[in-house]
Amino acid sequence: MTIKEIQEEIVEEFSMFDDWMQRYEYMIELGKSLPLIEEQYKTDDNLIKGCQSKVWVHAELDGDKLVFTADSDAIITKGIIAILIRAFSDQKPQDIIDADVEFIDEIGLKEHLSPTRANGLVSMIKQLKLYAVAYQTQLK
Amino acid sequence: MVIKTLDIQTIRKDFPILQREVNGQPLVYLDNAATSQTPQQVIDVIVDYYQGYNANIHRGVHTLSQEATDAYEAARQKIQKHFNIAHSHEVIMTSGTTHGINLVATGFTSFLKKGDQIIVSAMEHHSNIVPWQMLCERTGAILKVVPMNLDGELVIEEYHKLLSDKTKLVFCNHVSNALGTINPIEEIIEAAHKVGAAVLIDGAQAAAHIKADLQALDVDFYTVSAHKMCGPTGVGMLYGKEEWLKKLPPYQGGGEMIAEVTFEKTTYADLPHKFEAGTPNICGGIAFGAALDYMNSIGFDAIAQYEDELLQYATEQLLAIDGLKIYGTPAHKTSVISFNIEGAHPYDIGTIVDKLGIAVRTGHHCAQPIMDFYKIPGTVRASFSFYNTREEVDKLVEGVKRARNMLL
Repeated sequence: MTIKEIQEEIVEEFSMFDDWMQRYEYMIELGKSLPLIEEQYKTDDNLIKGCQSKVWVHAELDGDKLVFTADSDAIITKGIIAILIRAFSDQKPQDIIDADVEFIDEIGLKEHLSPTRANGLVSMIKQLKLYAVAYQTQLK
Repeated sequence: MVIKTLDIQTIRKDFPILQREVNGQPLVYLDNAATSQTPQQVIDVIVDYYQGYNANIHRGVHTLSQEATDAYEAARQKIQKHFNIAHSHEVIMTSGTTHGINLVATGFTSFLKKGDQIIVSAMEHHSNIVPWQMLCERTGAILKVVPMNLDGELVIEEYHKLLSDKTKLVFCNHVSNALGTINPIEEIIEAAHKVGAAVLIDGAQAAAHIKADLQALDVDFYTVSAHKMCGPTGVGMLYGKEEWLKKLPPYQGGGEMIAEVTFEKTTYADLPHKFEAGTPNICGGIAFGAALDYMNSIGFDAIAQYEDELLQYATEQLLAIDGLKIYGTPAHKTSVISFNIEGAHPYDIGTIVDKLGIAVRTGHHCAQPIMDFYKIPGTVRASFSFYNTREEVDKLVEGVKRARNMLL
């Protein structure tokens, strides 16, 4: 599936819930299925700055596609990163660079996060895209 | 002494914000240690000022300026009376506690030399750590830390051991913002004075709960913020003993703080204006006075008694939740409960209870050394005011239980 298709799928899933408590419950479920980062990569270098809970992200190439793994000490944060990784992982770096992130607004995620978490979300997206830029350069 | 019983439902009507909803639920505001809510009586004073006599103070000859000056100086006298301060010129109007601390820390630069020692407590807010570290960097003085125990109390024997003729300054909060611990400041001040050290007490967290008698305490400096005690943000006071304030150099240069200016030399104004450069927060200062009037009309004894009952009730109810641990279990504390649930991150709990309309603080509460001491990333902190109710405590408990079920 393309990034856009996955994003549409996520938007559709979130539209099924009536209230934000249910959406949080779903995010917690998603957090539990997050592809976990290997312990050796949980280093300060892989910590995302700007998150008040700790978030580690690791990226590596599998053929011409970029695969992300991550972890966080807070479960809702894990859910947020799981949503992002589902949209961006196992995709070509150039596609990740080009992808828009409007689906975040469409599921209303940002407005339902505290300002610190919303900032963290922006930092996470930025970090995923930075990885894509770095690996795109490497692929060339 | 008979302490009057508070009529909480009537008091709550004074606070318009308590009527609002958050996420479709009635607001349960339990973040009073971060900032307290503002009663209509104080809001009216703010509106009256801008509608009726907004003018710059101390300099104008016109009527509005005179009225604003009178109201501002009357507020200073209310602060003086409230804290039992000897002279109104010992009340320095500031932008808040942090401003007061920085004013003293900067002023002490010229009094310290290499090898002098400054003592702080292990449970300080970052605002009472960083200015002293900066002062040490400037002067070569050494920062010593009074440790705390697992109950969240200072190990006071260690404090006495740290004191020596090298000690020049001691800084401690009256009440810890992260744990609610009421520190034994009487003992701290007396012991510091025996070795000739000055003491600054950060009263930010105490001010809404304890009416400090600054002459009886014999403290050298005491600083508070109005917004923690039903006043507006951006205003506070620094008390300093006259002898210290005369010695300390001005903190900022500007208008209001001068007596005479030529390009060769400036002579500074008398106290308190020497430390009040520029146009102050006039409206805020006047409203600060109104906030003190409001709190005194309710009565600090009645407030303390009610908040103690609420604290005990909330403590019992929260401890009944499986896996809940309270950080800070000292013998004397204000109505603050810092807690975690085993296996859950404080941010997650805070996020979920917010959806239920409950406002709590999560994180390290600007007191990272305390969190490091307990080896935790942060806590959930519920802090209660006299306008909170048992029903609100019940809602918090229900919310935390629901969060626990979702998260674990």
